[in-house]
Amino acid sequence: MPVVETRGLTKRFPGSARVAVDGVDLQSRDGEFLVLLGPSGSGKTTVLRMIAGLEEPTSGEILIGGALVNGLTPRERRIAMVFQSYALYPHLTVYRNIAFPLRAQGVPRAEHGAKVRWAASIFGIEGLLDRRPRELSGGERQRVALARALVREPALFLLDEPLSNLDAKLRATAREELKKFQRKIGTTTVYVTHDQVEAMALGNRVVVMDQGRVRQTGTPADVYDDPADTFVATFLGSPPMNLVEDRGLTLGFRPEHFRPAEGAAPGAFRTPFRIDNVEYLGADRLLYGELGGRFAGRTAFSRLAAHVAAPRVGDTLDFVVEEGKARFFDSAGRRAAPRTPETG
Amino acid sequence: MLFPAVLFIGALVGVPFLLAIVYSLCDVKVASDEMRFVGFRNFADALTSPAFQTALRNSFVFTLVSQALVLAGATTLALALKEAFRTRGLIRFLILLPWVAPISLGSIGWKWLLDSIYSVFNWFLVRLHVVDSPPMWLGEPALAMASVVLVHTWRMLPFATVVLLAGLTSIPRDIPEAAAVDGAGFWRTHFQITLPMIRPIVTVAVLFGVIFTFTDMTVVYILTRGGPYDTTQVLPSLAFLTGILGGDLAAGAAISLFLFPLLLVVAWVMLRMARRSVVT
Repeated sequence: MPVVETRGLTKRFPGSARVAVDGVDLQSRDGEFLVLLGPSGSGKTTVLRMIAGLEEPTSGEILIGGALVNGLTPRERRIAMVFQSYALYPHLTVYRNIAFPLRAQGVPRAEHGAKVRWAASIFGIEGLLDRRPRELSGGERQRVALARALVREPALFLLDEPLSNLDAKLRATAREELKKFQRKIGTTTVYVTHDQVEAMALGNRVVVMDQGRVRQTGTPADVYDDPADTFVATFLGSPPMNLVEDRGLTLGFRPEHFRPAEGAAPGAFRTPFRIDNVEYLGADRLLYGELGGRFAGRTAFSRLAAHVAAPRVGDTLDFVVEEGKARFFDSAGRRAAPRTPETG
Repeated sequence: MLFPAVLFIGALVGVPFLLAIVYSLCDVKVASDEMRFVGFRNFADALTSPAFQTALRNSFVFTLVSQALVLAGATTLALALKEAFRTRGLIRFLILLPWVAPISLGSIGWKWLLDSIYSVFNWFLVRLHVVDSPPMWLGEPALAMASVVLVHTWRMLPFATVVLLAGLTSIPRDIPEAAAVDGAGFWRTHFQITLPMIRPIVTVAVLFGVIFTFTDMTVVYILTRGGPYDTTQVLPSLAFLTGILGGDLAAGAAISLFLFPLLLVVAWVMLRMARRSVVT
């Protein structure tokens, strides 16, 4: 039985012409880390808020642990949520912040101390219990928010961009810790983010959303390697998948699969590539330029490992798309059947 | 730049205040140009006079009861008005009206509403057979006190509501939502989270109300003139009756200065609170 499931979940905000969430079907697997990924306005946070009971769906069903929860208050859903702002109670100490869900759910006071200390120890914040939120750093606040979510031992964690208020360096370590923690606790987690790196690193499965709809659901490798449509293809990856028109279809290939023909195995496609710009990114190099032949006038990126000899700006070389790495999309942007290899 | 403001405050507040101190220590009367220093005799006289003792007690009852009602009412209203609903703007405007309208007009309106013969309340009460004989709202000591307290509460409520509403609005939406997800219901969310968060603002609003009420006589003066038999007399109205209408400037000054030390402490606490009133 899925821990959380939505069926045809739809949300239309009063006074707004647009549908914020448009028929979303989700099904989490037990103990899974499910990531909702999408640009701002894609409806991912609204889905999370509807699961939490903070927004009422316009139509559709939400099931938690197999039971319909539409119309139930957040309290009755027995879930835990971490907000983007952490939403710590500023007038309470860290101890009382973490203990608040226990008090609110009527857990006997005698049990509070042990539970709070257990949750605090998981995140290494036992030393901060007497402080107030304003005396904490961003990373410490985030841990307090996680401990407050954990302390009630919920069946489901909802996390709304919990890392986005941390600085870049801290974010990488926090991401790693979050993943470790979720593996250890094994609680099903729904995680909302607009950051594809977070989504790929954390998610067992990623749900890519745009304009209120689910574009694709799959493992990080699925959505990256086999995007269901051109939106997913360009939303994931930095730089995104190259897309070029090719006789009625759109040909897509990742920059890292687009390399000089010389010394490479014969690829799916071969085309002249005039290099206009080269960026050195340390571990690899980003080449930006214009295609020739059948694709004349189209621009593309190529990502080359640093040990590959790099062409110079202004050079025109033959490049290939690696065998098995070309993807095709129809005129509506959806995945189409592959076309036989040929040279351009 | 500050000079006009200093001059203004000096002329309109400082001079009368110093004059009041001087008067309270002398035996100055209207229609007499003699003035001798008498020390604290005016204060001692006031303390022993039954009228003063009644007014002192009334002042505390009037202030504490009305401010308690204002606090409870304003909290309720602010919580209700914080939610978005269709006619919220109109309701907010209507609630603010008693504060915007001149208090003398409002009080005169209430004087008619509570009149012994023309009271609409009595008309309804009698027609609905709640009472047999119409109550004398302003003529019976207990009812008169209740009436002035309620009218003053009506008058002070809007301001306190607006201050509390501003405080509640400044709380990020995430916080009550987090409380809801944590399992808190309406009462717990408000009594343990949102209201404690705006406590500094509430404190300032209450202390402001306390000072304002202790030093104000409009409602009492218009509705009852302190009657019947001084049972609703408060210190400011007694000071006015004694000093201005009765001509005993020295005694009036002593009465009006009596609570000054107490209010000074309240004002000091209020300013300290105001400095710390930072939400989140």
